[in-house]
Amino acid sequence: MTATSGLISRFERGLDAPICLTWELTYACNLACVHCLSSSGKRDPLELTTGQCKAVIDELQRMQVFYVNIGGGEPTVRPDFWELVDYATAHDVGVKFSTNGVRITPEVAARLAASDYVDVQISLDGASAEVNDAVRGPGSFATATRALENLAAAGFADAKISVVVTRHNAGQLDDFKNLAERYGATLRITRLRPSGRGADVWDELHPTAHQQRQLYDWLVAHGEGVLTGDSFFHLSGLGEPGALAGLNMCGAGRVVCLIDPVGDVYACPFAIHEKFLAGNVLSDGGFDAVWKNSELFAELRSPQSAGACGGCGHYDACRGGCMAAKFFTGLPLDGPDPECVQGYGEPALAGARQVPRPRADHSRAVPLTLSGPPARPCNESPL
Amino acid sequence: MPAGAGFDPTHSWRLHPQVAVRPEPFGALLYHFGTRKLSFLKNRTILAVVESLESHADARSALHAAGVARDAEAPYLHALGVLAASNMLQRRETR
Repeated sequence: MTATSGLISRFERGLDAPICLTWELTYACNLACVHCLSSSGKRDPLELTTGQCKAVIDELQRMQVFYVNIGGGEPTVRPDFWELVDYATAHDVGVKFSTNGVRITPEVAARLAASDYVDVQISLDGASAEVNDAVRGPGSFATATRALENLAAAGFADAKISVVVTRHNAGQLDDFKNLAERYGATLRITRLRPSGRGADVWDELHPTAHQQRQLYDWLVAHGEGVLTGDSFFHLSGLGEPGALAGLNMCGAGRVVCLIDPVGDVYACPFAIHEKFLAGNVLSDGGFDAVWKNSELFAELRSPQSAGACGGCGHYDACRGGCMAAKFFTGLPLDGPDPECVQGYGEPALAGARQVPRPRADHSRAVPLTLSGPPARPCNESPL
Repeated sequence: MPAGAGFDPTHSWRLHPQVAVRPEPFGALLYHFGTRKLSFLKNRTILAVVESLESHADARSALHAAGVARDAEAPYLHALGVLAASNMLQRRETR
């Protein structure tokens, strides 16, 4: 996506419908990734029914939302998942869904290959089983690569490999690119946010300042051949304006938003917290009404104060960085990003701050550890 | 060759059938369901041109019908060239 500054100021005032809408269909998940931004694990008993989901899709069609990014949790574990995918594509709403690959069997892969309107993103957070499984759990690398093999064998063109960049995999970017090429896929890398369970591991997992510099250089060198969800705009102050491909602004409530499994609408997928809750598709008159009438969204679409960043010569490049990253590290929203490339984040993190708790925790009752030995030996199969 | 340099305004063109158009106050959003790429049209004139390509014998007639004078057509030809290069537009066989 490319856009000029004129468009950016237009987008900052918001559009009649989102460009990019994420819809977490369920909080249920077979995995328990340590950095899960939605703290997923258990299904919420109040999750939208099939009929309620279809009503949302009808609205998206009327609003001309071209596609939805479906995630979770693991969306494919919903029994009506394929029914909803078919319903969306039959109603001019394209689907990109994120999965850990657990249900991407050869049969499913063949079915996906037959549709022009469905795109698949396989999540992988290490280019080797060792690095990936330390974050996503034992066996998850094998599950993801099996899904990629099935997709490639079925002739599914251009699947995405979706990677959250961490301190442990930041050195594997070339390996990820090679892995993607092996499966005829495209690499997509996004920023680690301290959201959900990510708040618990962010200090250990977020890339170092040195790694951020390397990441920036790598992104500039690889240009548009690598997708980023335009999530690295906090790095744009490291070089010339426009060197980093994409829409370098925070789109929360302006061009992006999130619908969660129970129909709550948040400003962005990384901001599941009361402070960023705009309304609910069931109790507030539908998604269109929430998008257009929410007070929170109106506030986000009004001119924002540069605050403490006002005196920085790079403010026009990064615009203060990511709202969710600031909020969930306990930093003021009108100050520097915790990973500010000019170095203003570190002293801010060192100061007094109160880290907010996530709104809800859907984690299953298993202790999650980043790596190392399991909390109790009996938690793991001895085989 | 810069993107768009090869655009032939004497040929007939049309929007790719897999492209959806969403008008916006600033112009429009285009989305290609095949390539899954998004593009922006930055004003309403280029939107009118793009939407009317199919009903004109060639792209230049569409430009003129939308009120784009010959000496102002360069940026529009460039934009059409970019859209053609990304497969948002496709050449139409003339009758």
